Amino acid sequence: MKAFTYERATSVEGAVTAAQAPGARFIAGGTNLLDLMKLEIETPTHLIDVGRLPMAEIVETPDGGLRIGASASNTAVASNATVRARYPVLSEAIVAGGSPQLRNKASVGGNLLQRTRCAYFYDTSKPCNKRAPGSGCGALEGLNRNAAIFGASHACIATHTSDMAVALAALGASVEVVGAGGTHSIPLLELHRLPGETPHIETHLAGGELITAVVLPPPPKGGQTYRKVRDRASYAGGLASVAVAGGQVALGMVAHKPWRAAEAEGALASGASPAEAIGKELAGASSLGRNDFKIPLVARLAAAAITEAKEQGQ
Amino acid sequence: MRTTITVNGEVRSLDLDPRTTLLDALRETLKLTGAKKGCDHGQCGACTVLVNGVRINSCLSLAVMHDGDEVTSIEGVGTVEKLHPVQVAFLNQDAFQCGYCTPGQICSTLGLLAEIEAGAPSQETAPGAKPTLTDAEIRERMSGNICRCSAYPQIVAAIKQAAEALA
Repeated sequence: MKAFTYERATSVEGAVTAAQAPGARFIAGGTNLLDLMKLEIETPTHLIDVGRLPMAEIVETPDGGLRIGASASNTAVASNATVRARYPVLSEAIVAGGSPQLRNKASVGGNLLQRTRCAYFYDTSKPCNKRAPGSGCGALEGLNRNAAIFGASHACIATHTSDMAVALAALGASVEVVGAGGTHSIPLLELHRLPGETPHIETHLAGGELITAVVLPPPPKGGQTYRKVRDRASYAGGLASVAVAGGQVALGMVAHKPWRAAEAEGALASGASPAEAIGKELAGASSLGRNDFKIPLVARLAAAAITEAKEQGQ
Repeated sequence: MRTTITVNGEVRSLDLDPRTTLLDALRETLKLTGAKKGCDHGQCGACTVLVNGVRINSCLSLAVMHDGDEVTSIEGVGTVEKLHPVQVAFLNQDAFQCGYCTPGQICSTLGLLAEIEAGAPSQETAPGAKPTLTDAEIRERMSGNICRCSAYPQIVAAIKQAAEALA
């Protein structure tokens, strides 16, 4: 690990001010950042620990939604009685990710800001435009079985691996952000970027901006479910996942960001069957050979999940 | 950097490079070598300890992040003279072969039992239901602890024995 200095933030404002310095990074749980720092893929020169800031509360909002503090642990959110009762897809998605030890440590904000990645991002002997901009993409003609099928570019085909974010995308969450210019709200779907020519820039956050909370609107009418397919039954990154909340559908591990299936939702709203609806979405998918299987996989997985949520809702 | 951590009930004041992980502080600074360094990337669970009663991977956490925390490593779980019921159960059920992963497995078990007691769901828990200690729940909840000797069936049996002993 490269040397760095460390401070424990005592206020959100203080943390945001400290984060304006070049080389500064926030740390909360650290489960992704420290992993990458050990490999010297991430090399911050100053860490601002925001894990103890008073932003772990999960409270209902006046409009019937829920505000989840960004430093709440993944376990705390998955176990929360309101989340389990009214947003079960969120609880199910969280417990599909990582191990219990990781979920106990990982924060909500950190989960959203974990790096979008693939094996070539981790392998410092290989080119990767995300790790070393301009070096090329080793995955394009390499081991790309888990590559994106939506929104990829010639510069990067990595996927966002968060399970939690897929459920938040389906639920229409927004993210509360504090920066030097004050507080503002970003729809979750506009937090992350597609890779384009700059895959090393993964979000629309300005430098030094801190996520302080995730805000959920009231749950949509209808059933909710999360399904994930992976190579092992537990503690494995996904090949594809789907979150359904009423008529809202999001796909995971298929793009550089959580992917809201707007085409499928539109088709469902006009009376299409689940299989027809996801077919409309997948008309816009493309694959590279090794990840061809993801297209029929998502077709079946999403059709099954939409059907299950429909049955629950009846 | 000055950091004070209560380790196994004893207040320890340490002067650490900020890069020191909690695992390295335990093993290298405090010479508590029970928690093991397996992968050092949060994948194997051999470094599992309890922080304020909650299990985490001590390799993926900086020691300076734990100023003021209470850490329990395997050295604080039981003694040779007075083994903890979870340790007794691991012995009775032959729940290890080489033993390298065992300190992590035992600390993880203590975390698991507390999580079940608190009603924390896993992917094996039916929506809205309170979890119970079924084999499927144990296997799922221990998936962050790898055992290369593959003592998994005995580990499940040991956890069930320990839960009964502690009930």
